[in-house]
Amino acid sequence: MQYVCLIYHGTTPLPGSDEWNALSDTEQKQIYDDWGALNQTPGVVTPVPPLGLPENATTVRVQGGKTLTTDGPFVGMKEAIGGLFVVEADDLDAVIEVAARVPTARLGGAIEIRPAETYW
Amino acid sequence: MVAALDRVFREEWGGVVASLIGFLGDFDLAEEAAQEAFAVAAERWTYDGIPSNPRAWLMTTARNRATDRIRRDRSLAAKCGLLAADLRAEAPVEASTFPDERLQLIFTCCHPALAIESQVALTLRTLGGLTTDEIARAFLVPEPTMAQRLVRAKRKIKAARIPFRVPPPQLLGERVDAVLAVVYLIFNEGYSGRDELAAEAIWLGRALAQLLPGDPEVHGLLAMMLFHDARRGARFADGELVLLGDQDPSRWDSEQIALGRAQLSDALGLGGRGPYVLQAAIASLHAEIPCDWDQIAALYGELGRLTASPIVELNRAIAVAEAQGAEVGLRIVDQLGLRDFRYLHSTRAELLRRLGRIEEARDAYLQARDLTDDGAERRFLDRRLTELAAADTSPGGPSRPTATLRRDRDRSGRAARQEQR
Repeated sequence: MQYVCLIYHGTTPLPGSDEWNALSDTEQKQIYDDWGALNQTPGVVTPVPPLGLPENATTVRVQGGKTLTTDGPFVGMKEAIGGLFVVEADDLDAVIEVAARVPTARLGGAIEIRPAETYW
Repeated sequence: MVAALDRVFREEWGGVVASLIGFLGDFDLAEEAAQEAFAVAAERWTYDGIPSNPRAWLMTTARNRATDRIRRDRSLAAKCGLLAADLRAEAPVEASTFPDERLQLIFTCCHPALAIESQVALTLRTLGGLTTDEIARAFLVPEPTMAQRLVRAKRKIKAARIPFRVPPPQLLGERVDAVLAVVYLIFNEGYSGRDELAAEAIWLGRALAQLLPGDPEVHGLLAMMLFHDARRGARFADGELVLLGDQDPSRWDSEQIALGRAQLSDALGLGGRGPYVLQAAIASLHAEIPCDWDQIAALYGELGRLTASPIVELNRAIAVAEAQGAEVGLRIVDQLGLRDFRYLHSTRAELLRRLGRIEEARDAYLQARDLTDDGAERRFLDRRLTELAAADTSPGGPSRPTATLRRDRDRSGRAARQEQR
């Protein structure tokens, strides 16, 4: 069965930020290694490229046939989604174990797991 | 006969539902099949008597019903050209050798991906066999709310595929903690007067001790519940709250205390020193006369280091006050936050009263009362306030001080007067 894992950055330091630079080299390397390992985990599929920063997001609505465009993400900056990946697994526990290895989950963000659904 | 049937149903429900879920892979189908089998049994056994292996009888009947139903649904589905539900096994039912899958069931019900209220409700429904209405009444929510909660939980188990199994070793520790937390929560709900929940929690605790005999915390939790429950009869006199120190030990259930001690010794024998074992050890000491307050304070200290809980520290303060005097206890209490916790204020009030600091004691009792909804507890605090008012005008002080209390008051009465100067 497929699960979609949504990555929320929360307060996770992004590469280039002061918070990121405050991390030691070892910590930074560990984070890259963990991402690498995640991409190598059997069953993990990354269906989309990594997302750019939420401050560069544009949100579009259509009201009364008119396109309304606003700056920023649909939800707040802190709540904005940071990326997603798909896991093929037998049950929820297996996905929880994968999600717990995503660096974001321990750095101030969180992973939301949703079962994939077929609507058509 | 009715009582015997009730007892068998009570004992067998959880096991039958668990096996059926294992067999059918579906909570709703399993519950329906179990309900049908129990209904048939209620009718049949009244005439034929209870069979020698009631679980096998119930399981066979339930499985047959469920299989019939799936076949019916499947042929209907086939006619409609839809995919049929997957029937896991069609092997003939082996009488009397049903695996006990209650453990799988409780781990599924208490899975952390479910909200804690749902974990509790699902555990009581599937394992305990309480009806939705009974659970709703016990938790003071409307029946439709509770029904909705159960439906949603079962839907999530299915949709997110929460596994029906005993967790693998790397997950087992935290998942056992989750199960124990659910049982403890049920017990606590029961402790504030809803006896049926306390009994339910103890029943679940016994089942767990049987299913996980090697886990000291499981025995610790059961022991602690047995100790507290043994004093249930003495906690109230004529509907009024009686504090531990004022309870009549002859009203404690000595048999249950003995059972608690046996569980505690199992837990200690397994090298247990976790939070539940420590709380059980404390509860065991509370059931001794005279009470060893020094040791209780030390155990609360150990528990506090494990849990970092200010409430545990408050309890330690009470034990320290008993062992070393109210002033020492009060010093600990005054370092705690917990401004919105009614027992902080009632504890302060009690210690201040013992120290003869009547004004401050009154203020603290009033603060505690403002934070208390419970009728019996409010009346208790009102009685204390009335006693204080009497003590303030009569030199004799509060009416029924124990030896310890009198010593405290005398020793620190002087300190209080100096402060008033």
